[in-house]
Amino acid sequence: MGEYKTLYLSTKDSVAVALSEIPANTSVVVKAELEELVVPILEPIRFGHKFAVKAIEQGADIIKYGEVIGAASAFIPAGAHVHVHNLEGKRGRGDKIAE
Amino acid sequence: MQFWGYRRQDGRVGVRNHVLILPTITCATQTAQRVTELVSGTVTFIHQHGCAQVGSDFDQTARTYAGMGMNPNVYGVIVLGLGCETHQAHRIGDEIAKCGKPVETVSIQEHGGTLQTIAEVAKIAVKMVQDASMVQRELCDFSELIVGTECGGSDACSGLSANPAVGRTSDLIVQQGGTAILAETTELIGAEHLIANRAANDQVAQKAYAVIKMMEDRSIQMGVDIRTGNPSPGNIEGGLSSLEEKSLGAATKSGTTRLEEVIDYAQVPTKKGLVWMDTPGHDIEQLTGMVAGGAQIVLFTSGRGTPTGSPITPVIKISTNTPMFDRMNENMDLNAGTIVDGLETVDEVGRRIMEEIQHVSNGKLTKAEILKQHDFGIWRIGPTF
Repeated sequence: MGEYKTLYLSTKDSVAVALSEIPANTSVVVKAELEELVVPILEPIRFGHKFAVKAIEQGADIIKYGEVIGAASAFIPAGAHVHVHNLEGKRGRGDKIAE
Repeated sequence: MQFWGYRRQDGRVGVRNHVLILPTITCATQTAQRVTELVSGTVTFIHQHGCAQVGSDFDQTARTYAGMGMNPNVYGVIVLGLGCETHQAHRIGDEIAKCGKPVETVSIQEHGGTLQTIAEVAKIAVKMVQDASMVQRELCDFSELIVGTECGGSDACSGLSANPAVGRTSDLIVQQGGTAILAETTELIGAEHLIANRAANDQVAQKAYAVIKMMEDRSIQMGVDIRTGNPSPGNIEGGLSSLEEKSLGAATKSGTTRLEEVIDYAQVPTKKGLVWMDTPGHDIEQLTGMVAGGAQIVLFTSGRGTPTGSPITPVIKISTNTPMFDRMNENMDLNAGTIVDGLETVDEVGRRIMEEIQHVSNGKLTKAEILKQHDFGIWRIGPTF
């Protein structure tokens, strides 16, 4: 546990970034400020990709850098890969307005 | 800090001393290119514009051409037109001549065709290059520098290593009395509040929100999700999931200083310090905008790797991660991946980039210059008629 490099930027964040390839069924420790979380990784996370550090409800904002980077398009359990399949950007969405 | 630069008649300082063959119309670009093959010391750029443009689109293209010619990295300009186009070569030439540098204008139709024009432009160019070679470098202050900042081919490391390091460099440039340009309006959508909070006054903050709104409104008018083009497939492969996420990483390039003004595409900054130029996220179009706005040096961070360069302005390429720096070493100048590797701090890399700016200003060639990566692209804001 803890052998995989990750980056968890703010305790407000709901995601952390993998700085090494993390295989499934492992546990990683993420640290920001004084907070330390143990996250069970559910699926392989590639270098540079994100995983949820806590469960995120469908429709809830997803936070990185302490700021909103989009909303969850499905329920995301802690340790799941967070990417374009379950994160929807909220800005520059002419397609949503047109609907 | 100081560097050895070329002082021009209008007081501005260049870090290069090129003779530019400036084709005002796409029909003249091949002829211009042939002259650069014959005469050392000349550069040109290929494009597909200059005719059947109207309104603000016409003005923006004209401003970009003139800005390329007026950039202080250019000693003199030969403006090359066809003759019948909307962007008349003599008008662009007259605009450039206002800054006092040598300008000649040649038209293909007047010279009886391609071969005679090549001979005529080459003759003028030989004389101009020789005159340029007599100009001596002199000691100049860093406050004379306009440094453009850009990120292209971002990955998840961009917002963690190279972009914050360039932000640190941007702070140092401003501290030295120079100017740093932040661009890529598209890639500030979702992070605009963080920059607008640092605006010098309400007017500047309002302009920042206005250019963001204009860019976002374009996607609404077209009924498209910007995410289909930005983040790009490469960004997504690298781990970026939304425009907001990319923007929050891109915005760190701006450092921490006050935002002095928001200027139009290809406009020369009227203030020193941090300046936001309204450009699209398209790498080459925004690079061209900053160069036409007078940037003598551009810092360009990349996570995926890119060969991008400019015909007249050195582009210093900074990688966000070490594996890409090693894999694409022939294109990348500096590695900020050391921050992710835990070997250097953001502050240390920011200072290292500052030292590289000094070397390149003094004449050190960038990889993009050595590989003759002469990219040019104009941000079109209207249809062609």
